[in-house]
Amino acid sequence: MHPAFSVVFFTTATGAGYGLLALLGVLGGFQIIPPDFWLGLIGMGLALGLIAAGLLSSTGHLGRPERAWRAFSQWRSSWLSREGVASVLTFIPAGLFGIGWVFFGKTDGWVGIAGLLAACGAAVTVCTTGMIYASLKPIAQWHSRFTLPGYLVFSAMTGSLLLNALLQGFALGSKILLVASVLLTLLGWGWKLATWRYNDRLEIPTTANTATGLAGGTVRSLEWPHTEENYLLKEMGFRIARKHSARLRQITQLLTFALPGLLLAVTVALPRPFAAALSLLAAIVQFAGVLVERWLFFAEAKHTVTLYYGR
Amino acid sequence: MTCLPSQSGKKLGLVIDLDTCVGCQACVTACKEWNTGGHMAPLTDIDPYGGHVDGVWFNRVHSYEHTTEMGGRTVNFPRSCLHCETPACVTVCPTGASYKRASDGIVLIDEDKCIGCKLCSWACPYGAREFDTDVGVMKKCTLCVDRIYNDNLAEEDRVPACVAACPTSARHFGDLGDPQSAVSQLVAERGGVDLMPELGYRPTNKYLPPRAHTTRAASVAAPALEPVRAEGGFLGWVDRMLSN
Repeated sequence: MHPAFSVVFFTTATGAGYGLLALLGVLGGFQIIPPDFWLGLIGMGLALGLIAAGLLSSTGHLGRPERAWRAFSQWRSSWLSREGVASVLTFIPAGLFGIGWVFFGKTDGWVGIAGLLAACGAAVTVCTTGMIYASLKPIAQWHSRFTLPGYLVFSAMTGSLLLNALLQGFALGSKILLVASVLLTLLGWGWKLATWRYNDRLEIPTTANTATGLAGGTVRSLEWPHTEENYLLKEMGFRIARKHSARLRQITQLLTFALPGLLLAVTVALPRPFAAALSLLAAIVQFAGVLVERWLFFAEAKHTVTLYYGR
Repeated sequence: MTCLPSQSGKKLGLVIDLDTCVGCQACVTACKEWNTGGHMAPLTDIDPYGGHVDGVWFNRVHSYEHTTEMGGRTVNFPRSCLHCETPACVTVCPTGASYKRASDGIVLIDEDKCIGCKLCSWACPYGAREFDTDVGVMKKCTLCVDRIYNDNLAEEDRVPACVAACPTSARHFGDLGDPQSAVSQLVAERGGVDLMPELGYRPTNKYLPPRAHTTRAASVAAPALEPVRAEGGFLGWVDRMLSN
């Protein structure tokens, strides 16, 4: 599948934004973190900013973005529509929570309830994003039990690293959140390795035989219907060289898991300004790593239409 | 609504005979010619006379070499929308632009509602949908919905343009929901198959596999020449002299 940058950035940014929003909603809602003005402004600003930037980026993928409002109508059948509805509905409790925290300086009572609702909305929205891909049968690498949990784990992981950096910056860092961030990073690493292992051993029942209805023997593409690449090949015939794929998997592991995990581990032994700086660096490096991971998620996905082209 | 409608039982579609298709591309050009002025018009061409030709087509003919233990053969394979009974391209559509008609099962796109998110083309395993980069919306085969019910055409012309154009009658149009229809009988008689049945899209269009190789046909190649027995006499002498 062609990795369009608008979509790669969209899932990375909204994943991190919803992860951070969910954590702020839960930890704020239960008064585990204090209703500090600047923490609320920067934290909620960052979470909602990432979400808004991601959603705006996704409209860049559309042929007719001015009609995007129509995408809220078919939530009964379409995961993409459900994602649109869930993302907009989540803005309501998230906005109330942010206003209560920043302008009224409180996170208890109705503000706390709004925070918990925002956290639920964030989790539901990430699920709908994952299901858009997991529901597509023609792409076996996506239509697997690894896809949806992967989106949730990555969202929690990137969100927790952002929150950890934020709290370190406000001298509110906690060992529990630090350990949770490292553990989520390790979980994400394990999940990604398991996903790659599963995809590399995938035996897809759909072949050139079933695609053409010609039973038995071999079906070899003699001639394409066109001499130049068409929409199908540009959009779904994207191929990546195995050596590039292997190198990008190494880069993904280094940037998304190894380096952020190491940086976080080092912060335990460092005084505050340095610990905060390294925590921020870990979150930024991981964000870059997830961009590479999402790029690969598309580039390594093979659509059944490529069978008609002998690929 | 992109939820699938309860069907009336009528399932209009095509039956494509892979035995008789000669890969002449007449159906491809007839489709393009009709539909660039039809329901989904225009079928945009990008850079048609340049080095990077691209454009929207509803019907494309591939050629394959099918080799089995019985031998090898070339198979020409027209590929277009199969008007599936459970089309995921419809249910994934977030806007309601894609829909399946309850009355005859044809899968269509309302161009005025399409936002061009391309998700339907990802959901179609057959590559039936092509994006029009110029208009910014998705396009697909309409089963010539503007021909088959068109009272302005002579009755024999009320078939899809690809069917009307086929010089070998490899394309058949009819109601596959009616077991007594000519197309259903043909599918039953020739063992018509679904494409990618394992994915569960339940395509309406059927493909008739090439007929089995036969041993009854006349042998095309002449038997191998046998060596001439050396003759005696004058001619034998001439043969020996010329062979030296």
